[in-house]
Amino acid sequence: MSTLLVGVTVFVLAAFVGFEVISKVPPTLHTPLMSGANAISGITIIGALTAAGLGATPLAQVLGFLAVATATVNVVGGFFVTDRMLEMFKSRSERERPER
Amino acid sequence: MTAILYLASAVAFIVGLKRLGAPRTARSGNRIAALGMLAAIVITLVTGGIVNWGVVLAGLVVGSVVGAWAAVRVQMTAMPQMVAIFNGLGGAASALVAATEVVGADLPALPVETVVTILLSILIGSITFTGSFVAFGKLQGLVPGRPLTFPGQRFVNAVLTVVLVGFAIWAGVASNEAGYWVVASISLLIGVMAVVPIGGADMPVVISLLNSFSGLAAAAAGFVIESNPLIIGGALVGAAGLILTVQMTEAMNRSLANVLFAGFGTEGATSAATMSDKPVKRATAEDAAISLGYADSIMIVPGYGLAVAQAQHAVRKLADALEERGANVHYAIHPVAGRMPGHMNVLLAEADVPYEQLLDLEQADPQFPQTDVVLILGANDVVNTSARDEPGSPIYGMPIFNVDRAGTVIVVKRSLSPGFAGIDNPLFYEDNTLMFFADAKEALEQTTAALRSI
Repeated sequence: MSTLLVGVTVFVLAAFVGFEVISKVPPTLHTPLMSGANAISGITIIGALTAAGLGATPLAQVLGFLAVATATVNVVGGFFVTDRMLEMFKSRSERERPER
Repeated sequence: MTAILYLASAVAFIVGLKRLGAPRTARSGNRIAALGMLAAIVITLVTGGIVNWGVVLAGLVVGSVVGAWAAVRVQMTAMPQMVAIFNGLGGAASALVAATEVVGADLPALPVETVVTILLSILIGSITFTGSFVAFGKLQGLVPGRPLTFPGQRFVNAVLTVVLVGFAIWAGVASNEAGYWVVASISLLIGVMAVVPIGGADMPVVISLLNSFSGLAAAAAGFVIESNPLIIGGALVGAAGLILTVQMTEAMNRSLANVLFAGFGTEGATSAATMSDKPVKRATAEDAAISLGYADSIMIVPGYGLAVAQAQHAVRKLADALEERGANVHYAIHPVAGRMPGHMNVLLAEADVPYEQLLDLEQADPQFPQTDVVLILGANDVVNTSARDEPGSPIYGMPIFNVDRAGTVIVVKRSLSPGFAGIDNPLFYEDNTLMFFADAKEALEQTTAALRSI
C-alpha cells in the first residue's frame, strides 16, 4: 500500500473515532472541549520542529522558527487555558466543600 | 520504535478527548492530552536529527512564554477571542510547515501526492489564519460585527476561487516556487473575504468551523511530512469542530451555507419600526425584586449582554439571595447564547454556579409553564417569539425558549433596540412581560439590594 493510501486510511478511521468520542458531549463542556481540541491541533508542532531543525537556507529557518513559535503558542496556551476553565467547573457538592 | 511512541501520543489524544466529554473527568482528560503532546515533542526533539537547535529552542521559548502569558491573563468573557487566535495560529503553523517543504526543495522531483498535499496544507492553513483573525476582530469590536457586504461580493469571491485553483495547478505542474506563494497570498485573502460578510452573532458557527479547519490543516501537514500523529490529531479535531458546527447551525435552524453566505442581518430591519410604537411595561429594581422575591421557581436566561456587562458574579449573588428565601433557581442556556459554544456555561462556572443548575434547551423549555418568574439577561433572539409565530420572520423556525408561557417575564436590556438581525421581539410587548432598561450588572446589583428590604 502506498504511503498516501495508508495516510488516507488513518485519516478516515481517526475522523470516525473523533465523531464517536465527541458526539455526546454536553453543551456545558463545549468551550473547554473546543479549546482542548484546538490545543491538540497544535500537534503540527512536531512537523514544525523538524522543519525548523533541518532547514538548510535562512528562509527555511525563518519559516521554521515562525512555525515552531505559532504552534507552541497554540499548544501551551491551549492546554493551559483549558485547564484554567475546567478548574472552575464544580458540582454542587464540590462547591459546598471548603475551598482547598 | 519511534512509531510506537507516536502511537502512544495519538492514544493519549483520543483518551483525553473522551474524558473531556464529562464534567468529572474533563480536567484529567485535558492533562492526558497535554502529556501526549509533551511526549510527541520530546520524541521529535530526540529522534528528529535536529541540527538548528538555536532556531528550534528560540521558537519553543517564544511560543511558550506568549502562550502561557495569554492563557493566564485572558478573561473568561474574552474566551471566544482567545480560541479564535489560537485557531488562527494553529492554521498558520500548518501552512508554514508545508511552506518550509517548498523552500529549497527540488520541486520537479516531488511526487504528485506531495505537491497536492503541500498546496492543500498552505491553502487550508492560510484561510484558517486570516479567517480566525477577522473573527477575532469582530469579537473584539475592532472590525464591525455587522455583516460587511458590497455589491458583487459573491462574484469577486468566485473569481478569487477560480484564480486560486488556476495558480495552484500552475504551481504544481510547472514546479514554480513563486506559484506556491501566490497560492498562499490568495488563500490569505480568501480567509478575510469569507468571514467579513458574517454577522457577529453567527460567530459560534464560525469559530467551530475554523476549529475544524485548524484540525484539517494539521492533518494536511501530516500528509506532507508523512506523519501519522499529525494525521490522527488533525482528523480528531476536524471531526470535533464539525460536530459543534452542525450543532450550532441546528440550534439556529439554518444551514451552514446560509450562515456562511447569506450576509444574515442585512434584511428585516424594516419590521422594527412598525412595532416600536407599541407600549411596554417598564419595571424598576424594586418591581423586579418583588416579583422575584415572592416566586417559588425562577429561571434565568443569560445572553451575550451578560458577558458584555461582566455580570456573571452579580447574577450568582442575586441567585444566592433568592435561594436563601427558598426559591428554586435554574439557568436556561441556549446553544447559541454567547459568542462560542458553551461560553455562558464557562462564565457561570467562573462565578461558582454549580453545573447542575445549568439546563440546556431540551431540559429547560418544558419547565417554563411551571415557572413563576423568568429573568432574561441580555438575551434577545433566543427568546424571540416571532421565531415561533411569524412564518415571515428571518429567524422563523429557530428553536427558542418559550418563556412567554411562564407566569412573569422580566427582561433586563439596555434599550428596546432589536437584536443583531434587526428583528423586533413581540415578547417585549406581552402583558406578562416587564421591561427593566439597564445594564445587566447594575440591574442585578440594584435588584439584589432591593430584595433585602422586602
